[in-house]
Amino acid sequence: MTELPRISAGRRRKDRIMRGLLAAATGVALVPLVLVIYYLIYKGAGQWSGQFFTSDPNGNFLGYPGGIRSAILGTIEIVALATLISVPLGIAVALYLVEYGKKSLFANVVRYFVDVMTGVPSIVFGLFIYIVLVVAHVGGNFTAWKGSVAISLLMLPIVARSAEVVLNLVPGSLREAALALGAPRWRVVTRVVLPTAASGLVTGSLLAIARGAGETAPLLFTLGTANGLTFNLSQQMNTLPTQIFSDITSPRNAIVARAWGAALTLVVLVLILNLIARAAQRRSRLA
Amino acid sequence: MEAHTPVIGGDRPALERSPLARLPDRLLKWGLFGVSAAVLILIVYFFIRLIGQSTLAFNRFGLFGFAFHNRWIPSRLIFGAAAMLFGTAVTSAIALIIGVPIAVATALYLTQLCPRRLRGPLTILVDLLAAVPSVVYGLWGVFVLIPKLKPAEQWFANTFSFIPWVGGHVAGPSVFIAGLILAIMILPIVSAISREVISTVPAEHKEAALALGATRWEMIKIAVLPYSRPGITGGAMLGLGRALGETIAVVLVIGDDPAIPHSIFGQGYSLAAVIANEFGEGSNIPLYRSALLACGLVLFVLTLFVNGFARGYVLRGERKMFDGARHRLGGVDEPEIEPAMGA
Repeated sequence: MTELPRISAGRRRKDRIMRGLLAAATGVALVPLVLVIYYLIYKGAGQWSGQFFTSDPNGNFLGYPGGIRSAILGTIEIVALATLISVPLGIAVALYLVEYGKKSLFANVVRYFVDVMTGVPSIVFGLFIYIVLVVAHVGGNFTAWKGSVAISLLMLPIVARSAEVVLNLVPGSLREAALALGAPRWRVVTRVVLPTAASGLVTGSLLAIARGAGETAPLLFTLGTANGLTFNLSQQMNTLPTQIFSDITSPRNAIVARAWGAALTLVVLVLILNLIARAAQRRSRLA
Repeated sequence: MEAHTPVIGGDRPALERSPLARLPDRLLKWGLFGVSAAVLILIVYFFIRLIGQSTLAFNRFGLFGFAFHNRWIPSRLIFGAAAMLFGTAVTSAIALIIGVPIAVATALYLTQLCPRRLRGPLTILVDLLAAVPSVVYGLWGVFVLIPKLKPAEQWFANTFSFIPWVGGHVAGPSVFIAGLILAIMILPIVSAISREVISTVPAEHKEAALALGATRWEMIKIAVLPYSRPGITGGAMLGLGRALGETIAVVLVIGDDPAIPHSIFGQGYSLAAVIANEFGEGSNIPLYRSALLACGLVLFVLTLFVNGFARGYVLRGERKMFDGARHRLGGVDEPEIEPAMGA
């Protein structure tokens, strides 16, 4: 048996150094995550209390500054409305692209625009809605539903793109089998394509919701500010991100501390959504 | 064919559906078409309205004057956004310089070197960086990153003051801190796209490199990286698009000073930050508001260009992936064999 020539010491050293560097870079990449989570728990967990979740910011100069009840409920309301708008629209666009548009010119233009929309900064969506709905005084000045519309614009391309990917994964043979049995196209879409892709569609939607829940910039120009709790979507409303944003600049320590508590709450909410999305993805029948 | 299908009653073949039964089909098709077209029209409409609202500022100061004059004095209604444009460019550049190498290294480690058992959890952790909302990064930046890093920054500024743009006084909030936070924020997206591209490198290329005696690193250098370069470039540009438009984290840590800083540790401003920070005061003064919306328009057009380029690169990468897939399936690709030397 002939012996293979050994790899020279220099090349082996370089290999070891580079592999070490790549592993070290991965470690470095995780440092901010660890630090952010550590400080959120360190400074935020102490804020959590019954009172914190059941009171609204009160604007008093002394004493307890109030909790984040209105902010949590506001975020849930606004994101729920945004989801009602963006998820059906996003899935509709994706269905058109996959089932009807395919490679046509129009479909490619739509695809391009959806791609472009994913890259548009969220603040620009806020400005769009500000110009079209707030400046024009459509149904009042700053209102919660305008914030929802801005957030839904941001979520729409995320939903549409992920849905397109998932719908493309549905095997063509399933569609053909259904069509061969005499099912009309709309039944194929509603009874075969959508159920097959369901868990993937849920994953994409949940990731979009998680993204929308954490956005602040579009809300600054559409929502106004409020402290109190309201269930009226045509009034100004408080949300977690906007409350954190305004609390950060406060000179009062108690209010800054509330920002940490609220930030921990927001991150926990977003992480739960992400984890559910991953669980749904794992249960997916596709891929 | 139709001649053979039995005909019942009228002139309609038995297998053809009645017009009424075909109605839902048409409704679905044209309904979905309508939604897609509406989204398209909406975006164009928004764009036109944004241009319309910014014309006041552009007419007053000129397109060039607005973008490249470094004078932002709201009290005297003078608006030139050069400092903001500069801040946006510099923070994004810092983000790319710090973020992209780490992101690509992470992608290489996770796809090529990482023990199989660690791969899943580590990938999820890197992805989780993207799940943290920007306002939380801002909060963390203001109360943790800025105070903790200040001594290190001052030491760096003093030691390496001979490098242009480094020496001098270190302000707490600075262009550098903003760039660093942006680097953290773009890391997960650049890493995810790089991973996707790298995982499409055909196994044959890597195996060939290893069979020829390459070490793991040499395999990465000669087989993996050249193949995935366009895709990684596209991912970096998508990251750049993110960095350009990021608002809330930047407005909290950049210092919000409408001046071109003397060093990267000085305070600055960015296009997105100025809109978020001054909208409250500016929204009631038409020229001021128009100037802020013009900043938004400049930002929008910038990101459109960057994302357009990124899309081109990623598509090129995908076409390569397609070729790779065809190659794996034993398609028509001839392996490119260089003639042996001296033969």
